[in-house]
Amino acid sequence: MEIVKLLNAMPSAVAQGLIWGLMAIGVYITYRVLEVSDLTVDGSIATGGAVAAVLIIGGWNVWSAMLAAFVVGMLTGLATGLFHTLCGIPAILSGILTQLALYSINLRILGNKANVALSVNKYDLLITSRNARTLGFENPTLILVLFTVALILVLYWFFGTELGCSLLATGANRSMARAQGINTNTNVVLGLMLSNGIVALAGALLAQFQGFADVSMGRGAIVIGLAAVIIGEVVFSRIFRNFGLKLLAVSIGAILYYMVIQVVLWLGLNTNDLKLLTALVVALFLATPHWRAQYLARKKKKEGV
Amino acid sequence: MLHIHHIAKTFNPGTITEKTALADVELHLAPGDFVTVIGGNGAGKSTMLNAVAGVFPIDRGSIEIGGVDVTNLPEYRRAQYLGRVFQDPMTGTAATMNIEENMALAMRRGQRRGLRWGISSMEREMYREQLSKLGLGLESRMQSKVGLLSGGQRQALTLLMATLRTPKLLLLDEHTAALDPKTADKVLSLSNQIIREQHPTTLMITHNMQDAIDYGNRLVMMHEGRVVVDVAGEEKKKLTRADLMGLFEKAAGEQLNSDKLLLS
Repeated sequence: MEIVKLLNAMPSAVAQGLIWGLMAIGVYITYRVLEVSDLTVDGSIATGGAVAAVLIIGGWNVWSAMLAAFVVGMLTGLATGLFHTLCGIPAILSGILTQLALYSINLRILGNKANVALSVNKYDLLITSRNARTLGFENPTLILVLFTVALILVLYWFFGTELGCSLLATGANRSMARAQGINTNTNVVLGLMLSNGIVALAGALLAQFQGFADVSMGRGAIVIGLAAVIIGEVVFSRIFRNFGLKLLAVSIGAILYYMVIQVVLWLGLNTNDLKLLTALVVALFLATPHWRAQYLARKKKKEGV
Repeated sequence: MLHIHHIAKTFNPGTITEKTALADVELHLAPGDFVTVIGGNGAGKSTMLNAVAGVFPIDRGSIEIGGVDVTNLPEYRRAQYLGRVFQDPMTGTAATMNIEENMALAMRRGQRRGLRWGISSMEREMYREQLSKLGLGLESRMQSKVGLLSGGQRQALTLLMATLRTPKLLLLDEHTAALDPKTADKVLSLSNQIIREQHPTTLMITHNMQDAIDYGNRLVMMHEGRVVVDVAGEEKKKLTRADLMGLFEKAAGEQLNSDKLLLS
């Protein structure tokens, strides 16, 4: 257990955290802003990775490929949104349906292969894990920080516009939103599209960073996203009130998550047990508000007697 | 201004919970009418208001607001004609958004929402002025989340939002029922004041007979999904509670349990 080993792993963990932080910002839009639990993300992040990888291999410029990943990601959100609003299927099931369908679609995109290599030796990529510890403009952490800040600024602007405010109102109170003339169905679809576009973009970055796109690279993505959202809230909720800062908290939450993962791996946890650990930790965080409310209610009752 | 033409609504048809909320409602309001609506539990008052607002589709009949047939318009499209205040103070505002954001949402009711900034500094001044009229000190708390306000403050804010742009039709659905008596009086007189200034056509449901008599120029009583009493003008001004019970007994053909009506 040399500390040097841990420190060596940290730059890569931070970069990975930043990528998943982008994805978690997408999750935040559905989970916190719209109050919809969207499970599409497990599929759409892989879709984003697959689209970007295949296009880059096909000779596309890396930026165009990422833009294409974003657009295709929006289409996955559209599918879930239409299942939910047009077909009246509960949101959580709609997401599961799209996610399942995307598994087949992702295999098709990858040319019926489970994974496709995207080597930085052959292609001009934006980021790669190989440069995680180099100093300079090719360092993925630096590029990802700029990327995150840019995304937060764009979202801060968008949610300040009339349309963005109507999305916030849709999440806060559907009845009120409709009474103010807001088409809540359209807004839910729009929110799902925006969210999954961002998630797919994160997938495109992840495929470049790790040097391959894999059909199952999104397994458990929603849980990692929730972990980032919740860690960000637990750590920063008292000081970050502004919408932009709340998004920043999500990104930092993801970085903290990956740093903690590095530590537990360094302490000797089997990699295969990671998802079990993550699920338990997220369950614990999600249960805490419920337990606290119960405890407070019981305490009140006792005092009342 | 409002024409409710033979509308009917049955919830959960064909099941054991089947309930005919509106049997056959016929009601016509002239521009500027301020109509109070009373009736016991399950008389169909709220259902009628929600049918007008488009919360659910109706089974039969038609609804026209200001010359436009809205029978098949979804709720969010009808909103351009309506100002609404609900019984539950939580329903009318977005708790996680602040006061000025809520007002800005109401200000854009019926308009296209694009990528312009959601709230301008010019309208902020206007909101401050409007809020100060409420006399609740909300004008100095415009950045506060609405979730931090009391029920009465939220209802007053909802009322202000409903009338920020004078609606063709103002729908007040027992909007003081969830408040303590003092606050209820304040919100009610505030409503009356705004209605006198702006003259929107108004439907106000109340469970309080005296309020129904004191406010408005016309009174409607509902029973079992129908309008059974309709009094207006001079006749309404002279109305007493005893008169009202007499009218109801005659129309409904049964003894009116006034406790049920008053306390429901």
